[in-house]
Amino acid sequence: MSILPPEWTAFLYLISAVCFILALKGLSSPQSARRGNLIGAGGALLAVVTVFLSAKLENIPLILVAIAVGSAIAVPVARRVQMTQMPQLVALFNGVGGGAAALVAVLELGHDANPWVRLAIVFTMLVGAVSFAGSAVTVGKLQEIISTRPLLFPGMRWVMTIALLAALTACGFVIAQGSAGWAIALLVLGLAAGLLLVLPVGGADVPIVISLLNAFTGLAVAASGVVLGNVLLVVAGTLVGASGSILTKVMASAMGRGVTGIIFGAFRGGSTAGSTTVSDRPVRSSSAEDVAVLLGYAQRVVIVPGYGLAVAQGQHTIAELATALESRGVEVVFGIHPVAGRMPGHMNVLLAEANVPYESLKELDEVNPEFKNTDVALVVGANDVVNPAAKSSPGSPIYGMPILEVGQANQVVFLKRSMRPGFAGIENELLYDPKTTLLFGDAKDSLTKVLSAVKAL
Amino acid sequence: MDPISLLTVVVLAVFVGFEVVSKVTSKLHTPLMSGANAIHGIILVGAIIVAGQASNPWLLTVALIAVVLATVNMVGGFVVTDRMLEMFRGRRPAAKSSKDEAK
Repeated sequence: MSILPPEWTAFLYLISAVCFILALKGLSSPQSARRGNLIGAGGALLAVVTVFLSAKLENIPLILVAIAVGSAIAVPVARRVQMTQMPQLVALFNGVGGGAAALVAVLELGHDANPWVRLAIVFTMLVGAVSFAGSAVTVGKLQEIISTRPLLFPGMRWVMTIALLAALTACGFVIAQGSAGWAIALLVLGLAAGLLLVLPVGGADVPIVISLLNAFTGLAVAASGVVLGNVLLVVAGTLVGASGSILTKVMASAMGRGVTGIIFGAFRGGSTAGSTTVSDRPVRSSSAEDVAVLLGYAQRVVIVPGYGLAVAQGQHTIAELATALESRGVEVVFGIHPVAGRMPGHMNVLLAEANVPYESLKELDEVNPEFKNTDVALVVGANDVVNPAAKSSPGSPIYGMPILEVGQANQVVFLKRSMRPGFAGIENELLYDPKTTLLFGDAKDSLTKVLSAVKAL
Repeated sequence: MDPISLLTVVVLAVFVGFEVVSKVTSKLHTPLMSGANAIHGIILVGAIIVAGQASNPWLLTVALIAVVLATVNMVGGFVVTDRMLEMFRGRRPAAKSSKDEAK
């Protein structure tokens, strides 16, 4: 249907673009964030209605069926996913978006012979395919289907270089000839490059890669807007590309690393290999009752949550424990590392789910100076973000990452599943420190026991 | 659209993107990623256009796959972001009232 004149179409797309900007802007505070997101969704809906009313389209019933199918897949998954599995889902949604952009670009190849448009087409295809394959690997790593440790094989660096050169060659041929054969070769090479790029990334760096791939997909969408001559796609894609790049940079600096170091670090060899062996050095383990005594008679407790809390679904129990301690007059705050969990801000989402007061969540810079005056630091299912190796051993893959300095507290209590090293596979010296006490077990079980012991004090 | 206006739009959008995101609190980084993710689901518009112009069944099939993927990206992204932000919203008043009671 071409009901709308082009001016109206452009105007409605402009409104959609403004809605997207407002959606991102809304995230500057928790109060406005939800409304912002709804405005963004409204903008997206407006854009979809506009395209139906403005472009000359055939196959409309089939397109509507495809949209219904997509929604039927997405909504139940998005509604039911547990907050712990959020990073996987975001990576998955990102990957399919990149894949869609690559497919759109391939299909446009038949339409236009203009070399500039073809340049945008090959860019979209390559970046979209990298994003799709890369996101698939991150989902695999987060689900622990694929090893979270850097996967490398001898000569990988060369394979990567050859794949990239081959992809660039294919780009050249597609631009010059517009042939379908080269286009398919380019897609395959893009997928291979995505795999090779993300497989060597260690588990602890996966959150940053998700953000980077998010930016990639944004850029691919922007380029597809150039291909289709659609300003909304250009604006929305660029917006996401820019915001994703900034977020990636912010996160990388929260880990004390450069973005290139994260992506290409493993290629430089050696240093990222962590250990998976369970150490048999002696540690001091203790009972839930002892931990309860430590906590219950403390003046000040800092809780450091990590992914182990999320896996065990212990966020509600820990919130209860915090309340129980507070009612005994203990001052309780949560120390949140920016990259704790599997995604930046992941712990904030989980503790929000458990209704932990916003004011009790403290960021790294805020809480670190306070550890000196802290009686007990309670580390629940976190490891890498409190690992002093980040400060003391330059050979360690996490060296340079700002950590929560729980070692400065009078007592440190770790709730851990086992002595297995964390996601990044690095031994933590703090576990063997004389002031450290360990309580083994599933985080939620342990917390439940400690909670009832605290209530019995 | 001529290249210069296009470039103008791109450059301005880059600055808006930088500006807007640098104001986002780190507590909301997860919803930010998820929300930005939903926004690039707008590729659905592109997928609809290519599907509507597909000239043979093969191309149409590929285009419809793109429509499904883009819909998953967009709809799923907005729904999951809303779910997360709903929790953030519910907390603030509750936190305040409990603090007030304590004082």
